[in-house]
Amino acid sequence: MSSTTAGSVAPPRVETPFRRFASEFAESRLALFGLALFTLIALVAIFAPWIAPQNPYDLAQLDIMDGRLEPGSVGGADFTYWLGTDDQGRDMLSGIMYGLRISLLVGAGSAVIACLVGASLGMIAAYAGGRTDSLIMRLVDLQLSFPAILAALMILAFLGKGILNVVIALVVVEWAYYARTVRGSALVERRREYIEAAQCLALPTRRIIFRHLLPNCLPPLIVVATMQVARAIALEATLSFLGLGVPITEPSLGLLIANGYEYMLSGKYWISFYPGIALLVTIVSINLVGDQLRDVLNPRLKR
Amino acid sequence: MTTPTLEARNLRTHFFTRAGVVKAVDDVSFTVERGKVLGLVGESGSGKTVTGFSILGLVDPPGRIVGGQILFRGTDLATLSEAEMRRLRGNRIAMIFQDPMMTLNPVLRIDTQMIETVLAHAKVSKAEARQRARDALGQVGIPSPEERLQAYPHQFSGGMRQRVAIAIALLHKPDLIVADEPTTALDVTIQGQILAEAQKLCAQYGTALIWITHDLSVVAGLADDIAVMYAGKVVESGPVGEVLDAPLHPYTNGLIGSVPSRNHRGAPLSQIPGMTPSLLNLPPGCAFRARCPRAEARCAEPPPFAEYLPGRHARCIHPHLDQAVPA
Amino acid sequence: MTVFLLRRLIQAAGVVLAMSLLVFLGVYAIGDPVEILISPEADQIERERAVKALGLDLPLWQQYLVFLGRALQGDLGRSFVFNEPALQLILQRMPATLELAFGATFVALLIGLPLGLYAGLRPKSPLSKGILAGSILGFSLPTFWVGLMLIMVFAVQLGWLPSTGRGETVEVLGMRWSFLTRDGLAHMVMPALNLSLFKISLVIRLTRAGVRETMLMDYVKFARAKGLSPSRVTFVHVFKNILIPVVTVVGLEFGGTIAFSVVTESVFAWPGMGKLIIDSINVLDRPVMVAYLMIIVLLFITINLVVDITYSVLDPRVRLEGKS
Repeated sequence: MSSTTAGSVAPPRVETPFRRFASEFAESRLALFGLALFTLIALVAIFAPWIAPQNPYDLAQLDIMDGRLEPGSVGGADFTYWLGTDDQGRDMLSGIMYGLRISLLVGAGSAVIACLVGASLGMIAAYAGGRTDSLIMRLVDLQLSFPAILAALMILAFLGKGILNVVIALVVVEWAYYARTVRGSALVERRREYIEAAQCLALPTRRIIFRHLLPNCLPPLIVVATMQVARAIALEATLSFLGLGVPITEPSLGLLIANGYEYMLSGKYWISFYPGIALLVTIVSINLVGDQLRDVLNPRLKR
Repeated sequence: MTTPTLEARNLRTHFFTRAGVVKAVDDVSFTVERGKVLGLVGESGSGKTVTGFSILGLVDPPGRIVGGQILFRGTDLATLSEAEMRRLRGNRIAMIFQDPMMTLNPVLRIDTQMIETVLAHAKVSKAEARQRARDALGQVGIPSPEERLQAYPHQFSGGMRQRVAIAIALLHKPDLIVADEPTTALDVTIQGQILAEAQKLCAQYGTALIWITHDLSVVAGLADDIAVMYAGKVVESGPVGEVLDAPLHPYTNGLIGSVPSRNHRGAPLSQIPGMTPSLLNLPPGCAFRARCPRAEARCAEPPPFAEYLPGRHARCIHPHLDQAVPA
Repeated sequence: MTVFLLRRLIQAAGVVLAMSLLVFLGVYAIGDPVEILISPEADQIERERAVKALGLDLPLWQQYLVFLGRALQGDLGRSFVFNEPALQLILQRMPATLELAFGATFVALLIGLPLGLYAGLRPKSPLSKGILAGSILGFSLPTFWVGLMLIMVFAVQLGWLPSTGRGETVEVLGMRWSFLTRDGLAHMVMPALNLSLFKISLVIRLTRAGVRETMLMDYVKFARAKGLSPSRVTFVHVFKNILIPVVTVVGLEFGGTIAFSVVTESVFAWPGMGKLIIDSINVLDRPVMVAYLMIIVLLFITINLVVDITYSVLDPRVRLEGKS
């Protein structure tokens, strides 16, 4: 558009809640850096098949002669392995890019499902009250009192390896955090006047919960969800490292690190080192965002 | 005339916050003689407590003393080092706080908290320190002090805790006690006991007392002199009887008028309109002018703290001299 | 105090009972012990006899009662792999895990308390900001990877510390301990540090928050008004108060530390119960898994009880409530 019609006025900048939230979030440079970093990581993970130098799962592309090469070595086919290769001659850089896909998929996927399950149960507990409430909260207490790593290990021991099974295990150990968070804020919001008003208007319960109650419980839920994604990624990596997570055919970052374990003692550090750095950077970037989100979205800290 | 125990001259304590400079204490002057009681009166946020902390050198950042003198028996406390100040604190100058529930450390026994105070300033054995602590508890009327020494603060009632705090303040028979609303949180009957106790002890040792309060009736019964604070400044000072009978400053006048009294039963209480101003970026001139019935254009100029009657100062250009009965 | 203890013990028994049911259902109802316990060559009659002998023909609730009865006598089944009582197998490895967890807790307090105290007392100093940033890193670092890096740097590159195992042990009270020998201690340094990583961050954050909160309290100002030295105010008046939340959380975390030692023990080949359970999971040694879970549950309950008692010793206010 080259010109605007005469008489049209630029709309005044309205201070929407989102805009205020965005500007408060941007106050911390560290958090912005974390967000940028995470966006980059996510993009790499999504577009890995197009930008990775090699398809690490395509055995035809691998040359066993190139196994355990140091970072920066040039392989048989004039191919530079910037981060070295693993025991099967797989390019570590490509392996990490594909590994990120699995790690992020499992982390985000389990967080979304756990959030849906946990938030619904928490909402039901808060809205129904009485016996339903105490039953759900007992379950939450039980779940939270038992260490997540053990619970996940036991579940995987029975279900066996596999991406889907890891997601199930993570959902089982994580839903309780969401349930507790949502119930807590829903109990507070429930007593507010606008809910009473909505009830007086005889709106259907479903509408009250989803259109009125849920949006007001979102801020703490977002904070918990961010932190839980980081936790889920770390937990998945740990489970895979212990040999109970993802199968060898779909290696996540944790499994890549585990693969390098045996070569570590002979000084071939890069097989474990670089996937670990990728894992660390991912988790730190999410935690930086989460920390700032908690400060911005926490009404108690409002100046 | 001898040197007064404490003389504050144009004391200024400001807080440098991110939002701006808060002039919590801005030009405060008063004098307390040996064995006398000064009532420091004002609403919450008027700077009374910060004045008390300034005397003890306990103003925390972002606040600091930016001007004036605090002459304690002739020495300016504002110029002393922290180590020198610490030798005076709890020793020559003691403080009693408002909330007796909060001033004693909940996880330490009473004897620990008393003995450490003795040992901080006197080179005596632990047994001797314990003896002194027990005597001090007995002095403030705590029954069976030996047993009570071994108790924790939560095992005492509010009044008893304040007695313990007073006993701690008295351990070194200080020259000056700053009491920051020590009876506000207590029941009326307990309040009366504590007041009587304080008065008796001061007379006994010649201790000067600065009694910070918002309660005029407490001051009327206890103090010799009074200093009224408003928005960080002393707006009026003088002998307590004269000031309460015939206040010079319109603010003091309003304050007295808003105290319920038997003499005016049935008549509506007069009140001061408006609210205490924010101390942040306070404009120059009389801070009370927005609420003052006598305000005029000249009040936008800073009024001087002048002696209108012998021994009676007021920070006002149009004081109620008509009410005043010359002494 | 007795009433308090008794009530807590009854509660604990209830939790153990509930967990035993969960574990029973999980292990015995989902898996089929017949497949594992009876040789595949056995014919139908032999199978049925075995099923009867094992009590698997009984209704589920009766099987549970049998399981419970045996468990009460300390019989949690025999390991398929080691052909030893599962409980004994785990108890043998328990000292290794316990000393590792205690070592980690000790390291966490040793490093976390001073750093947290400093960061709380001087929140504006650059060092404090560094400490805080470090604690975020401590929460983010994947434990097992840090373990690998420790091995790489200190064992492989520098050769200062042994990489795996427990080293020399001495027998005290019928159990073998590493921390009493020089060699054993050298073996313990890296695993303990690795396991304490998360706890160091936790202790730093708790201590810092506690100090900042406590410094604002009237009793701290009153302590200063008494003319006490800054070190006495900090180490007696402030420190004793923040010790309460720190001890509580670190104590409650102790169970989590034991659970998480599964990872550290795998990295450093530390022969504790965590390593055992991972090995058992990999070969589906069910009795060992059951025994481990029951032991962990008991451990958790004991820890909770001990923490509650310690708490009441530290905080005189709680002590009074316990009496009434």
